[in-house]
Amino acid sequence: MIHFVLLISRQGKVRLTKWYSPYSQKERTKVIRELGGVILNRGPKLCNFVDWRGFKVVYKRYASLYFCMCIDQDDNELEVLEIIHHFVEILDRYFGSVCELDLIFNFHKAYYILDELLLAGELQESSKKTVARLIAAQDSLVETAKEQASSISNIIAQATK
Amino acid sequence: MIGDMIRAIRACKTAAEERAVVRKECAAIRASINEDDQDYRHRNLAKLMFIQMLGYPTHFGQMECLKLIASAGFPEKRIGYLGLMLLLDERQEVLMLVTNSLKQDLNHSNQYIVGLALCALGNICSAEMARDLAPEVERLLQFRDPNIRKKAALCSIRIIKKVPALAENFINCAASLLKEKHHGVLITGVQLCADLCKVSSEALEYFRKKCTEGLVRTLRDIVNSPYSPEYDISGITDPYLHIRLLKLLRILGQGDADASDRMTDILAQVATKTESNKNAGNAILYECVETIMSIEDDGGLRVLAINILGKFLSNRDNNIRYVALNMLMRATTLDAQAVQRHRATILDCVKDSDASIRKRALDLLYLLVNDNNVKHLIKELIEYLEVSDQEFKGDLTAKICSLVEKFSSEKIWYIDQMLKVLSEAGNFVKDEVWHALIVVISNASDLHGYTIRALYRAFLTSTEQETLVRVAVWCIGEYGDMLVNNVGMLDIEDPITVTECDAVDAVEVAIKRHTSDLTTKAMALIALLKLSSRFPSYSERIKGIIVQNKGNVVLELQQRSIEFNHILQKHPKFRSALVERMPVLDEATFSGRRAGSLPTAISTSSGAPSNHPNGIAKPATAPIPDFLDLSSDDVPAPSSSGGDFLQDLLGVDLSPTPAPSGADMPPKASTDVLLDLLSIGMPLPVQTGLSASDILSSSQDDKAPFVNFNGLASLSSLSANATSPANAAPMMDLLDGRGPGPQKSEENGQAYPSLVAYESSSLRVMFNFSKQRGSPQTTLIQATFTNLSSNVYNDFLFQAAVPKFLQLHLDPASSNTLPASGDGSITQNLKVTNSQHGKKSLVMRVRIAYKTNNKDVLEERQINNFPQNL
Repeated sequence: MIHFVLLISRQGKVRLTKWYSPYSQKERTKVIRELGGVILNRGPKLCNFVDWRGFKVVYKRYASLYFCMCIDQDDNELEVLEIIHHFVEILDRYFGSVCELDLIFNFHKAYYILDELLLAGELQESSKKTVARLIAAQDSLVETAKEQASSISNIIAQATK
Repeated sequence: MIGDMIRAIRACKTAAEERAVVRKECAAIRASINEDDQDYRHRNLAKLMFIQMLGYPTHFGQMECLKLIASAGFPEKRIGYLGLMLLLDERQEVLMLVTNSLKQDLNHSNQYIVGLALCALGNICSAEMARDLAPEVERLLQFRDPNIRKKAALCSIRIIKKVPALAENFINCAASLLKEKHHGVLITGVQLCADLCKVSSEALEYFRKKCTEGLVRTLRDIVNSPYSPEYDISGITDPYLHIRLLKLLRILGQGDADASDRMTDILAQVATKTESNKNAGNAILYECVETIMSIEDDGGLRVLAINILGKFLSNRDNNIRYVALNMLMRATTLDAQAVQRHRATILDCVKDSDASIRKRALDLLYLLVNDNNVKHLIKELIEYLEVSDQEFKGDLTAKICSLVEKFSSEKIWYIDQMLKVLSEAGNFVKDEVWHALIVVISNASDLHGYTIRALYRAFLTSTEQETLVRVAVWCIGEYGDMLVNNVGMLDIEDPITVTECDAVDAVEVAIKRHTSDLTTKAMALIALLKLSSRFPSYSERIKGIIVQNKGNVVLELQQRSIEFNHILQKHPKFRSALVERMPVLDEATFSGRRAGSLPTAISTSSGAPSNHPNGIAKPATAPIPDFLDLSSDDVPAPSSSGGDFLQDLLGVDLSPTPAPSGADMPPKASTDVLLDLLSIGMPLPVQTGLSASDILSSSQDDKAPFVNFNGLASLSSLSANATSPANAAPMMDLLDGRGPGPQKSEENGQAYPSLVAYESSSLRVMFNFSKQRGSPQTTLIQATFTNLSSNVYNDFLFQAAVPKFLQLHLDPASSNTLPASGDGSITQNLKVTNSQHGKKSLVMRVRIAYKTNNKDVLEERQINNFPQNL
């Protein structure tokens, strides 16, 4: 299973963290610092896997962002690379050629997408189209709720005028 | 606005500025929370999530998540659940409060809200929540919308991992998911089945019987399916599904010839037909190889698998090489010969520039070494040791040392290789390795001269390697005369001229080196004492060096130098008898001890960190300082025999624990290698007692020993006075032992009833008490642990703590595995010294940790019912 997902920028800033195994806040900070140190210092031609405390961390760099996933010893590293790519493609499709800034200012959206892709540390959906459809449906639910709220407040505003 | 806050934080140029901004924002959020402002609630939470991601504390926002989740609208719930998953984890008790909201949302009419609840449950639920909400999830496995079914399937995985007992409820629903067409449901269903098999053998049997056929069919369909744009990844339809199916087939085929037989055709097809030019294809091949190697098979498929790995290994992509090494490691148990063929390539990988690949390759190479190739491979590895990275040296050194020891058929080869390692990377060599080297040197009497000269040469060139210095100093002390006189020259040696002065110089260098630690300096002091008798003409100079340490700030060294000086000045008569060459160290005793300490060594180097499910090694928490009263900080736990080993060897930094192992030393010819090795260990009274008994046994003279002993006793009076009466007891024992019979100490003690110290449904702890003669304060307790459950306990660890007026010494346990159903037990000896004997009775807090069914269990208990007057 995937124990956690990390997105770290080249400067070592955290852009997204998702923990599927329990880690206290202190441990989280430690893990991020430790892995950031290891991964950011690895050369570009090296393999995408790092042995770390009896686990394997699979990472891949896209532009200025490192996508990292921590898995068990007997999990399939090559598949996890595919999952990372899958995630990136979905983000790309959603934001329209995604960049780091999109993920900073819309970090909650990135989490929503991740939650449609992974659950309990396992892959949930292999179709990019399905994920996009589910996210769109939920976004529109939010939009409708907002419109309703504003129209109600308009009515109240007019009534109290 | 959240965007404004992010911009403000991004604009900060220093960490201090950022902290200030965050502090201000947090204050505003707190104020808003206190006002209970509903409109801003979700904005506040969004901000908190961002702040939390930066690593700041956000616990004060936890209740806001619960409020948002409890509100009616989808937008509020969506952000609320997201916050819940980010700000909380299963260990927080607040989480229990959300159980009710979750239950309602799991029954909600809006399927997206059901989805949110499932997602939160699957990501962070605790065992209690899993128990409470399992029926809801089970029902949702049959929900009309496939997107809910797939979430429910993954959620079930979390539930059965938390509460394995619930597994059987899910078996039937899981099996029906396997018949679905929707890929999401299929992927998650297959995953659920795989996890069910791990926790329940009943599930495994069921799926094996009922589902193998269907799974093979599904895999065949997906392998042969035409192009489908929705699931296509570089020409393959849904590789994720491929991989999960292969994984489940592996579990079903393992150990079952019939099931294995049914899947061989499709495995052969996947192994031969899958395109290997893209990552997705390789991922499938990799999984397929693993399945082939795990299932029961006659060998035809295995050849195919090993060939794929061979191709992987020669791939130019580092990722592929990495997984190939990984997999070849598992293949060594199946077909070592086939893996041997790739030895040269693997050796190249050890020297790769990529640390991950190097590590894998080294692990693999380690398994491949045998009698035929060991000399060649060790030569290569030692050559590489010279140029390798610092970070890699530790690993590499450990592996080389272990191999050299394992295949040390010729002593001279072993000594040569070890000296090379010591001079190249001595600082990375573990204690037990150089201890073993000394034992071997001591046993190779025909090589003493050769070894000491080789060591001397190495010492001159690489003084910065601590362990090399130690071994060299020890050998100079023992065999210094052979160094000077070129005794036992071998043909292969170059002649070397070393004067007595040079030998003393070498030891002086060692003792004066800034980087030398206490052990090295202590060893050097002893070597000097020995040399003073070997080279009488340098006796004065040696005395000078020893005297220089009289003012050393380390008490141990100070005391030694004063004592040694005393010997040199006042007791020249028996100096030579005292510092005679050590009797040959007994290899059997040493290796026996090592065998005891070895598992601990392994578990501390690799196992321990991974014991914790998330890879965070927790520091051994000692609630009461006495917990680890006998060992220095780096010894993992009192129960490890590794600790004992170190303690025996060098008691230098120990508190004056009363005679840890001295009391049960048989007074016959001492074979206690480690004590002899460095007689500087141990609190003093015991140590002098022991060395006296050594002399006794070696000199075979009936009268002399008493003289010696008394001489030593008087010279050690300085410290003997300072120690408590309890410390003197062992010495008494030793003196007694000189008398008519050997030790007969313990059974003389008063009898005490044994005590069931602790009993739970899973474990019973019995204490048997006995007293040591002559020390009423000290109680020896033999603890016996019995497993009352039907599961084996692994990594069993007993710890105990006592209040200040008690002193506790824990011996290593007899084992760390406790067989099931009372079928055998672990024993462990404790020694408690009660400084308030007669006034207060014993009290103890115990903590028992073990692993059963891969779960860590911790039991704690205070024991107050000790018999009186202990």
